[in-house]
Amino acid sequence: MTENGIGAAVRRKEDHRFITGQGQYTDDINRPNQLYAHIIRSPLPHARIRGIELKAALDMPGVVAVLTGKDMVDDGIGGLPCGWGVNNKDGSPMTEPGHPPLAADTVRYVGDQVAVVLADKRSIARDAAELVDIDYEELPAAASLSAASAEAAPAVWEEAPDNVCFDWEIGDAAATDEAFASAAHVSSIDIVNSRLIPNAIEPRVAIGEYDSGRDEYTLYTTSQNPHVIRMLMGAFVLSIPEHKLRIIAPDVGGGFGSKICHYAEEAIVTWASKRVNRPVKWTADRSESFMSDAHGRDHISHAELALSKDGDFLGLRVRTKANLGAYLSTFGPAVPTYLYATLLAGTYKTPAIYCEVKGMFTHSVPVDSYRGAGRPEACYLLERLVDRAARETGIDPLEIRRRNFIPRDGFPYQTPVLLEYDSGDYHACLDKCLELADYKGFEKRRAESAERGKLRGVGLSTYIEACGIAPSNVAGALGARAGLYESGTIRVNPTGSVTVLTGSHSHGQGHETTFAQLVTEALGVDFDNVDVVHGDTGKIPFGMGTYGSRSLAVGGMALMAALEKIKTKSRKIAAHLLEASEDDVEFVDGQLRVAGTDRTVSFGDVALAAYVPHNYPLDVLEPGLDETAFYDPKNWTFPAGCHICEVEIDPDTGVVEIDRFTAADDFGRIINPMIVEGQVHGGLTQGIGQALYEQCVYDDSGQLLTGSYMDYCMPKADNLPNFEVTTNTTLCTHNVLGVKGCGEAGTIGSTPAVINAVVDALSELGVNDVPIPATPERVWDAIRTAAHNRAVSA
Amino acid sequence: MYEFQYHRPASIDEAKKILADNDEAIILAGGMTMLPTMKLRLARPSDLVDLSAIDSLRGIRKDGKTIEIGAMTPHADVAGSSVVQSEIPALADLAGMIGDAQVRNRGTIGGSLSNSDPAADYPAAVLGLNAVIKTDTREIAADDFFKDLFETALGPNEIIQAVRFPKPKRAAYAKFPNPASRYAVVGVMIAETTDGIRAAVTGAGPCAFRATEIEAALAKDFSATALDGLTFDAGDLNDDLHASPEYRAHLVIVMAKRAVAAASV
Repeated sequence: MTENGIGAAVRRKEDHRFITGQGQYTDDINRPNQLYAHIIRSPLPHARIRGIELKAALDMPGVVAVLTGKDMVDDGIGGLPCGWGVNNKDGSPMTEPGHPPLAADTVRYVGDQVAVVLADKRSIARDAAELVDIDYEELPAAASLSAASAEAAPAVWEEAPDNVCFDWEIGDAAATDEAFASAAHVSSIDIVNSRLIPNAIEPRVAIGEYDSGRDEYTLYTTSQNPHVIRMLMGAFVLSIPEHKLRIIAPDVGGGFGSKICHYAEEAIVTWASKRVNRPVKWTADRSESFMSDAHGRDHISHAELALSKDGDFLGLRVRTKANLGAYLSTFGPAVPTYLYATLLAGTYKTPAIYCEVKGMFTHSVPVDSYRGAGRPEACYLLERLVDRAARETGIDPLEIRRRNFIPRDGFPYQTPVLLEYDSGDYHACLDKCLELADYKGFEKRRAESAERGKLRGVGLSTYIEACGIAPSNVAGALGARAGLYESGTIRVNPTGSVTVLTGSHSHGQGHETTFAQLVTEALGVDFDNVDVVHGDTGKIPFGMGTYGSRSLAVGGMALMAALEKIKTKSRKIAAHLLEASEDDVEFVDGQLRVAGTDRTVSFGDVALAAYVPHNYPLDVLEPGLDETAFYDPKNWTFPAGCHICEVEIDPDTGVVEIDRFTAADDFGRIINPMIVEGQVHGGLTQGIGQALYEQCVYDDSGQLLTGSYMDYCMPKADNLPNFEVTTNTTLCTHNVLGVKGCGEAGTIGSTPAVINAVVDALSELGVNDVPIPATPERVWDAIRTAAHNRAVSA
Repeated sequence: MYEFQYHRPASIDEAKKILADNDEAIILAGGMTMLPTMKLRLARPSDLVDLSAIDSLRGIRKDGKTIEIGAMTPHADVAGSSVVQSEIPALADLAGMIGDAQVRNRGTIGGSLSNSDPAADYPAAVLGLNAVIKTDTREIAADDFFKDLFETALGPNEIIQAVRFPKPKRAAYAKFPNPASRYAVVGVMIAETTDGIRAAVTGAGPCAFRATEIEAALAKDFSATALDGLTFDAGDLNDDLHASPEYRAHLVIVMAKRAVAAASV
């Protein structure tokens, strides 16, 4: 390992500008002569637009235009596309209604875009918006899964009268039924996976700019994947070819999946900038973020686990309803299907699994990826169910997991739900986590808590996730409408410094550091002489962006492939300079050396020779040292691990306090352990947020009740313990570094660990379930109800 | 926010004149409620009359057995005041539990009381400690001050100048914060004063109120166990996303017990 190479806890390059307030976020960008857009949003969850009166707004000084859905229709603007199609059980495609960027005749959720006001100042745009008189005919609405599934529920779309977008299945139903028929015990659980609002610290921003001289567009936007936005918006919405459309996603302040989607506002400002021939800037305020960023999770499931008399898992049967919101977001249908049910094997060798998922339209914000995207939902369901099975059968929760783990020598392991795991050691992660958590000391701590009148519980989860999505041809066969490779360019400059161009996108992950470490390790170039460029379709050859913990496992591997090309060419150049055979030249500490000799040339001199080719094999080799590679992964990667949570509950108030939280994760090879630890901390916090605090609530009429931080509870530093985290590494077998990914793991494993701990603490009172988030009142209510039930049965 | 005229008068008289001259003028104290309300366009004052330049409205004075706190004194000053900490520690504690550090450095006692948010902390202190609210025209007893949701005894354009807290024999405040906003879901101030036991509850009802059944129980026996078995009627309590009336009623007793225990130390 070189000083700043693979495995070094190097401080993040990007933090200097972030910490000193010099980050360049989209809202920091202002274009000459720009207008400010204010989006008028529907205040109603479901209504027909009978008319829009613009005159008063247009008459306001400073207002340049007010554009509506009708203007978009007149201009032939397309709908926002869905990037993943899912089929019904009978093979027919899902119901796929249109998604106009500005609603033309009907609004379908509170926050749906209706019109845009363009004005010289932001305040004028907002004032004028209040003068736009929209005549709504209010219609009945159903924002929740239960309301949308009810008999005679109002339909979000005429083409889906029962609000079912798709009725999908995976696994072998007959084999699973057979497993249940032979079961000695069946455990079942009803799970509500609560709805979340992503809350990236940076609200979304979009600036559209049209250059009439060149007939070119530029969109500055808060995106995790600028090339994907170019593809979706250019091809499907605005009909702008790639070479006329540049997307720039500069520093982005957190995404968590919510900035994957192609949003209406991006199309609106780009389209409007040509209509008025001035740049158009839109910045979401926090209230808009709550009601327009794609939400996450929101499932209702029933799951059953069939066990043998010894506690072997025989079969798993799951029925899920997933809320898709009013429109299909970019990856909305993929999240509760292929990113969810394929993970239901977990870390276990359950031989038969069957899952059916109904995707439902509701009058709510579209639902899409949120950190983990489907995998937290699968893990939460499975790990709650396994704990319940342990309790019901009297088998220790550790023992029931160990008994059913895919064994160390069981890899590669083909699950009954599509995926083939390449590597892992679930026993080792569990053992390491137990040790670090001082699991053995729990009973003593429980007794100490009891002396203080507190209820202590311990819970664990052993999770798996599929990351680095994944072979394009496989994903395509499952409905993906895009490839899932990544591109990377290593541009060696004449003086030997290196510019890295990556199609991945950093919005907090620290790519500028991690990717520079790869280059330092491979070429021996000084860490400070490597810069990483991302987030600009005008600079980066191509890219699919960052989500699903794929940056290193896919984006990093593209860079590794490009680095390999650089090394190969460098050896050729060095061989010429050293008058040696190419096969004899090796890379050692930034030098190219003729093996077994002291004849060397520095990498910097090789770079100079490549760009000043005076002494250069021009007859057989092109000048320059600049290589691009595309990498399409052979398989998903499968990070896994164990989380253990210890809670203390105040039975008088129901307040749950997390006293200890321990994680042992297998992320494959680790490039920067400090960054990995930070990713785990952030993930754990969001998973704990779902377990105890966060919850999106719509009222029965379809209004969003949790529309601000007064009501939507984010986890705060004083809600969290000091995390104890460690890793246990098995290498991924199908990429050159053996890396797996770490961005989402914390979110996936932590929620069930917390709730299993809460249930454990309350089990002596007769409580066997607590919904998420386990708010103080819900915990108090569970205690009270259990006491009541005990009194009744006594 | 909508456009408005901003004023920063140097005296109460000047402030009153601006208020009298402008029907839609509003007093600005710390702005911790007013400014977010304006940013959300839920309030549209023509004029904002900022009292921060009126020096006489700010400060903490000890006067015999009472502590007088100027209306424009921020919570952080009250929480950090050695005088308040030694004379009425329960009041300093309560001020230190309000909102977060930013709010405590901007928000004022006068602003909080004038607004009478049902979940604000100060109303519990004023009512529990039997304070007197001194305005530019009169003095109002705490028992007469809180009327209803966001409604007080203050007349139009009446300005709170100071709040006078008599020193209690002992007192403590226990708060169950809303995990999201850190406002009080339920907060209870228990005080033994020269006029008897007082138990003031905030967060649970439309405005702060006294819990007479708790006061009666504690008058007989000032101990947490005196409240064992006591149930609080959930009937008129607030029902929202964060707590049902039943849970709030339960928390009133739990917080009252904790306050009694803390006051007894």
